[in-house]
Amino acid sequence: MKLTVNGNTEEVNVEPDMPLLWVLRDELGITGVKYGCGIAQCGACTVHVDGVAVRSCQMRVGDLDGEVTTIEGLGSAEKLHIVQEAWIEHQVAQCGYCQSGQIMQAASFLEFNDDPTDEEIDTAMSANLCRCGTYPRIRTAIKTAAKNIREA
Amino acid sequence: MGRVAKIARRTFLIGSAAIAGGVAFGVYAVKKDPDNPLSADLSDGSATFNPWVLVDSEKVTLITPHGDKGQGVMSSQAALIAEELDIEFGQFETSFGKPSPAYWNRAFAEEGVPFMATDHGFTAETMRSIMGGVVKLLGVQGTGGSTSMADSFDKLRTAGATARETLKLAASQKSGVPVGQLKTANGAVQLPDGTELKYTELASLAATIEPVKDVKLRDKSQWRLIGKSMERIDIIDKSTGTLPYGIDISVEGMLHATVCVNPKKGGSLNGFDASEAKQMRGVKDVIEITDGVAVIADNTWRAFNAMRTISFDWGNATIPPEQEEHWATLSDSFKEELLDSTWRDDGDAEEAFKDGASFSAEYRSPYVAHAPLEPLNAIMLVTDDQVEVWTGHQLQRQLQVLVAAITGHEQDQVILHNQFMGGSFGHRLEFEHVKQAAEIANKMRGTPIKMTYSREEDFAHDFPRHISMGRGQGMVKDGKVTAIDLSLAAPSVMASQGGRANLPFPGPDSQLAAGAWNNPYNIDTYRMTAYRAPELAPTSSWRAVGAPAAGFFFDSLLDELIHEAGADPMEERIRLMGHDVSRKVLETAAELSNWGSDLGPNRGRGVAFVESFGVPVAEVVEVTNTDSGIKIDKVWCVCDVGTIVDPINFENLVQGGVVFGLGHAINSEITYSDGKADQSNYHMHEAMRMYQCPDIIVKGLENGTKIRGIGEPPVPPAAPALANAIFAATGTRLREMPFNKFIDFV
Repeated sequence: MKLTVNGNTEEVNVEPDMPLLWVLRDELGITGVKYGCGIAQCGACTVHVDGVAVRSCQMRVGDLDGEVTTIEGLGSAEKLHIVQEAWIEHQVAQCGYCQSGQIMQAASFLEFNDDPTDEEIDTAMSANLCRCGTYPRIRTAIKTAAKNIREA
Repeated sequence: MGRVAKIARRTFLIGSAAIAGGVAFGVYAVKKDPDNPLSADLSDGSATFNPWVLVDSEKVTLITPHGDKGQGVMSSQAALIAEELDIEFGQFETSFGKPSPAYWNRAFAEEGVPFMATDHGFTAETMRSIMGGVVKLLGVQGTGGSTSMADSFDKLRTAGATARETLKLAASQKSGVPVGQLKTANGAVQLPDGTELKYTELASLAATIEPVKDVKLRDKSQWRLIGKSMERIDIIDKSTGTLPYGIDISVEGMLHATVCVNPKKGGSLNGFDASEAKQMRGVKDVIEITDGVAVIADNTWRAFNAMRTISFDWGNATIPPEQEEHWATLSDSFKEELLDSTWRDDGDAEEAFKDGASFSAEYRSPYVAHAPLEPLNAIMLVTDDQVEVWTGHQLQRQLQVLVAAITGHEQDQVILHNQFMGGSFGHRLEFEHVKQAAEIANKMRGTPIKMTYSREEDFAHDFPRHISMGRGQGMVKDGKVTAIDLSLAAPSVMASQGGRANLPFPGPDSQLAAGAWNNPYNIDTYRMTAYRAPELAPTSSWRAVGAPAAGFFFDSLLDELIHEAGADPMEERIRLMGHDVSRKVLETAAELSNWGSDLGPNRGRGVAFVESFGVPVAEVVEVTNTDSGIKIDKVWCVCDVGTIVDPINFENLVQGGVVFGLGHAINSEITYSDGKADQSNYHMHEAMRMYQCPDIIVKGLENGTKIRGIGEPPVPPAAPALANAIFAATGTRLREMPFNKFIDFV
């Protein structure tokens, strides 16, 4: 089976019902995407499929139709995505385990709405759990990223 | 009982801790420093000056032995060394190092003594010093109890300073310039003519010099790093998905495993049928482990999937199977023979309540799960010569002991590569998952095994925060609170946790009462009594340990008494406060929150004050009673840790602590049916999500005399402050968590 991840074509030999999450982590060694709950309750496994945020723990790899982007493909230390820049500016992360998913969710959301209200931010982000409680900083970072996108 | 008699009885705890640990107590042994673990495998041309600084010709490495579970201690520990070493971020590497008694945590002694944090008298300080000797002798390396900064602050600055002075000696030998004319900056010694000798250039010479011992630490006015916001060492990696946690590590030839242990707490495995699982793709083996089964496969998902097909014959739970029995046990535990300790007895409670109380009430605090987002995991490779372990853990040395006991190795043959942790909140003080990985890897010697819990297994075997029940009464007179008397009953969390770790815990459990007995109020009558209920579900330290329950009881009771008296909740707390630093905390919270201003209809504000881990914390919560439930609008949190090392990280941790305290108080509990936890995943134990998160204004004060940690102290006041605010807005008093059982939230 072939899939495109972060611009690379990958060939994997797996069952079609294996969730994309585990194909990425255990078959391809792409570990920025995290396992947290396995039932779409925490958002730690969020990746983009053709730019749209999806929970990779619920996406059967056999049903995949589109190019996958993980946090590693969004940006890197050398070339940060505008959302990652905001996350670093506001020092959002504590343990950081949820932040890949938070950033992927925020990046996808801001593609559709680069001038969100507080309520819209809360609605878009409330399916992403942060056990450390960095929500106040996530909100601030999203506003900064939105502003930077608008001004870019 | 007089003060002296009380102390004498509590001394037993300290004396017997030393005996339980099997150490001989002598002045020489205490004064002798443990060997520097960096010396053991030092390469030629490398220098180490103490267990925290290693310099070779290539780089400077700073050892940061506390575990990092999100509190950012990798950065803040390095900053303390770098402050005195005169080296900048980006010029050194960091490492968690390897487990060693040299990394004993001196701040554990602070919490181990039964004195109020505000007590700096001779007896209290002497006992802290003796307890420090015990912790040092036992070589207790660990992270917990918000001790990292208290443990590290002088120690790591001294480590940086002694390394710096030794490097200057080397530079002096090399250049012929007297030490007094040398300066240091940017990882180099500077000669008067402007020449720079990098520390790395000096390493081989410095290695031949006896490290300088006595150094004077710099005055606060000279600090370059401490007190200024820093960019965390891990922030870019954590924002780009490139920081590996234990669960992300890969070892050549590794197989993946998962376990299922009898979900009926304490129950055994009578039998199982894995015939289908063994036929499934990628499954290598299915083996029995203690009270459960492990599946070993070539992929985590295949292991999870195969586990679901196994049918089990589980033995019955060894705990009371139904939740109501747990509460009934607590209710029956308020009796003399279960007295754990009378922690405080100011005034004469018998006299104060001889004609009954002005007010009395009962409070409850449930079991709550830690549920760190990174599920528990460990990689282990057992060979005949050694055991290698990759996992994130808070008690590194005890992990070695427990693994060695399973595999039959010596403690020093267990090599732990400690990892960044995707949260803990106390769960990574536990060892069951590590022991299970050791059992599997020991049966599959030569093959590295990565054992990962499913989230469901993590919930089923999360040793939750203990349940607790409080019964309080009080007296008011002439608009003032004159007497408060709180009793509580709970199983001992420290005994439960220590029992599993082979760390005996004699004497009363100070955590049962933490947050209730130690608040520095001067109330005419202030009694606080803890009863130790029999162990029910096994429990473990949950962020702030005892204070989220006992602090909720105490401050709620005080708030109710203040309302009975007809006094203002803030003014009366300030009037009763007997400790200047804490009074300033309350006054600052009042000022920042504009306490007393008109909030308008359907709104209310509440204040709570709880001291835990030596940190006085006041929180003010404002709520609105909307048509769809209570909305938390805004929280102010004021605390005093003596010295703030990194203001931006400090703010983040305080905000996180408030979110943690509020979220669980509103939404979360673990309950048991048929001996099993009813909650299996986050949808049944959500804590806080963003839509419920208020604005949180943080103010850190620095009036306290000792430096304290901030990981836990913001948690305990959150629940009572919210309950007090809801009472102010609605007239409904919440005396049991989680609050959403009794009132709706937006």
